[in-house]
Amino acid sequence: MTGKPASGTTDLAVIGGGLHGCSLALQAALKGLSVVVLEKDSIARHASGVNAGGVRRLGRHPAEIPLSLASMRMWHEIEELVHDDCGFQVSGQVKVAETEGEMGNLRLRAEQLRSQGYEHEVLLDGEELYRLLPALKRGCPGGLACLDDGFAEPYRTTQAFRRRAEALGVRFLEKTRVLSLEARCSGCRLSTSSGELEAGVVANCAGAWAARICEQLGEPVPLEPIAPMMTVTQRLPFFVKPVVGTTGRLLSFKQMPNGTVLIGGGHRGRAEPQHNGTALDFRRLIRNVQIAADLFPSVRGARIIRCWAGIEARMPDDIPVISRSSTASNVLHAFGFSAHGFQLGPVVGRLMSELIVSGESSLSLKPFSITRFQRDRPAATS
Amino acid sequence: MKTVDLAIVGAGPAGMVAASEARGHGLSVAVLDEQEAPGGQIYRAVEAVAAQAPERLALLGEDYAHGRRLAENFRVSGAEHIDRALVWQLEPNGLWYLRDEVCHELKANRILLASGAIERPVPIPGWTRPGVMTAGGVQILLKSSGVVPDGRVVLAGNGPLLYLLAAQLLAAGCRIGALVETVPYARYLEAVPHLPAALGSGYLSKGVRLLRHLRSSGTRIYRNARDLRVEGEQHAEALCFHAGGHEVRLDSDLIVLHEGVIPNQQLTRALGCVHRWDDGQKCFRPETDEWGNTSVEDVLTVGDGAGIGGALAAEHAGRLAALEVARSLGYLQTRERDRLSTSSRRQLNKLLQGRRFLEVLYAPPEERQSPPDETLVCRCEEVTAGQVRTAVRTGCTGPNQVKAFTRCGMGPCQGRMCGNTVSAIVAETQGITMEECGYYRIRPPIKPIPLAALAAAEVDCELDDVAQ
Repeated sequence: MTGKPASGTTDLAVIGGGLHGCSLALQAALKGLSVVVLEKDSIARHASGVNAGGVRRLGRHPAEIPLSLASMRMWHEIEELVHDDCGFQVSGQVKVAETEGEMGNLRLRAEQLRSQGYEHEVLLDGEELYRLLPALKRGCPGGLACLDDGFAEPYRTTQAFRRRAEALGVRFLEKTRVLSLEARCSGCRLSTSSGELEAGVVANCAGAWAARICEQLGEPVPLEPIAPMMTVTQRLPFFVKPVVGTTGRLLSFKQMPNGTVLIGGGHRGRAEPQHNGTALDFRRLIRNVQIAADLFPSVRGARIIRCWAGIEARMPDDIPVISRSSTASNVLHAFGFSAHGFQLGPVVGRLMSELIVSGESSLSLKPFSITRFQRDRPAATS
Repeated sequence: MKTVDLAIVGAGPAGMVAASEARGHGLSVAVLDEQEAPGGQIYRAVEAVAAQAPERLALLGEDYAHGRRLAENFRVSGAEHIDRALVWQLEPNGLWYLRDEVCHELKANRILLASGAIERPVPIPGWTRPGVMTAGGVQILLKSSGVVPDGRVVLAGNGPLLYLLAAQLLAAGCRIGALVETVPYARYLEAVPHLPAALGSGYLSKGVRLLRHLRSSGTRIYRNARDLRVEGEQHAEALCFHAGGHEVRLDSDLIVLHEGVIPNQQLTRALGCVHRWDDGQKCFRPETDEWGNTSVEDVLTVGDGAGIGGALAAEHAGRLAALEVARSLGYLQTRERDRLSTSSRRQLNKLLQGRRFLEVLYAPPEERQSPPDETLVCRCEEVTAGQVRTAVRTGCTGPNQVKAFTRCGMGPCQGRMCGNTVSAIVAETQGITMEECGYYRIRPPIKPIPLAALAAAEVDCELDDVAQ
């Protein structure tokens, strides 16, 4: 299981045992590759294990939409892939407009998507909104929704990918830190805290710690470690089914199957990746709770059981790097999911494995190129 | 927002003495405590009992009455006593607390955690049923309202508090059906070498007196009991166990369980203090120096929360910590601190040496570290020992992974009740030590707080909602 020395050779070495690393390991193993996953802590220790678990297409950056749609199809068949339903529930996701102005923005968004041929986001008028969200404060003009979206259990999901990959022969080395990475034409040499490893290909799925690997490859990236905060209440009688977001303020709000309510949305604490720590910023957290209590007055009577934050990597343009290295032909990157990578996990592993095996991916990864941050090149995103 | 030199969490013996001492050297001090009056668990309601129910003061004993003097000194010290305050979040130089359903923030140059001990949970099959209480729970009723259990009462477990409670219950007119001791016979031999040190501490003569009293009252005493379990469907009906080669079943209306106390780690853990497994006391405790300084700057901890030493030791440790804080803030020269600490240091050492005998004799039985599969470990989320073992076998390498996988420790008690047991099961299943295994990461709030109270807190800085 763990603790075997990281010695020998392998087709693929994945750095980072989060969801993306585990997903890639599984997909590569399905394609017949030998795989080793190197994780400095334990599987799903950081963002992959403690995020809000949103499985959401709603409100995606245009560049991410094709990936998100493909990943959603995989989510609906997740049990076939990993032999565990991952706690995935189709609850719908709704973005609420609190003012007419915000409603106008949502209409604009819906039109833009329709003109690009996307049908997954649907506008809700006031009546439809309140039919979905009877506990919502009065006076909201409408919203935008993806009714087939939902949520899953993050830690369980990541572990399910890991277990399935393990069953196919993938080796997971926990408490194994990559000390150095040397990429040559013939392959890569990894020096780790539990031994030396030769790998044909290396994938950098190291999340908030991914920038170190990029530096070693001579392609530094402007990665910012962030710590989105989350709050959970005691169990309450059921009063809201869809996952709810807002348009003009930061909020994500959902009631879990056990009745607890999870409040998040991206209010940040302080990330301390150097010692795996996070510090909550209660002023911002109070703001988060105020917004939740404003939208759903009935939650005011609940007790807060726990608040926490996970460490996550954010890129300046809020979309990930899913890319070949620009300096080493046998290194790939998938990191910087900017607090919305969970839903993309299944498809990113598949696309990366395609890149490794056939040199091409079935969906374009151009917008996610690592070269977009290099000063002498034009940005690849629109 | 107010800033004080020293914020003390807990108004038990350590907190009260530390506050009085620190005030004596001119520091501004605030003491936050969940109860209405100072005293902590050991001297709970001592002022009110002394003033309004002197007969109860007598039955609770002279050790309890001793707390009155500490409370008096504390009251006149000039320290601000913030009563009914639930401290729910700590930062190195500040804390948040809930009082009258309102959240407040307090800044402090130094924080002294004196939050005491909690009872070591006794996870046996059926221990969560109504009709089972802890010795501490029964004592709270006795001290704060004079309530005495009636019906068939069975006390089970070990440790000084169990015998003390038995004596207090007898004095209050309660009939105790039986006392079921879970001390393995071998422990008596193991404890003998520590006897001489205990002789000077006063613990021993007290214990002998309590036991003699119990026997003369006609209480049936079972020794070397093991395989304890509570039987009953809705309500506990009987305590069953093996003793002296027999299976014993004692019908009971109330079963009182107790196997000693352990530091309440929630606050020190939440602050990120380094903790070590103390194999003598069979508990995790925060690492401190001889003054109570923890691994986190400006944070100290003393009293039973820093390692079980008892109420008298807590007083001396509280004084030493106050002297150290006075020195570190420039109110005292190092030389003066050392001179003023001589007597407390000597007495503290003597008291702690005497504890070793008790620690060895009353270490929790091995079977408690490894409860049968059907035993509920986490009462809040109803997770069994068997489920924890399964989680470990399917890849959860530590207590936090077990927590994420099973929800064990995610309920309102924040893992206070199951933390040690889960670590013990993980360590056993993985074949690692408790130290290697570690403990839950403790997340705020330390105890649940109303969402409305947090939402009503004033945010004193401008926050940009969208761009951060």
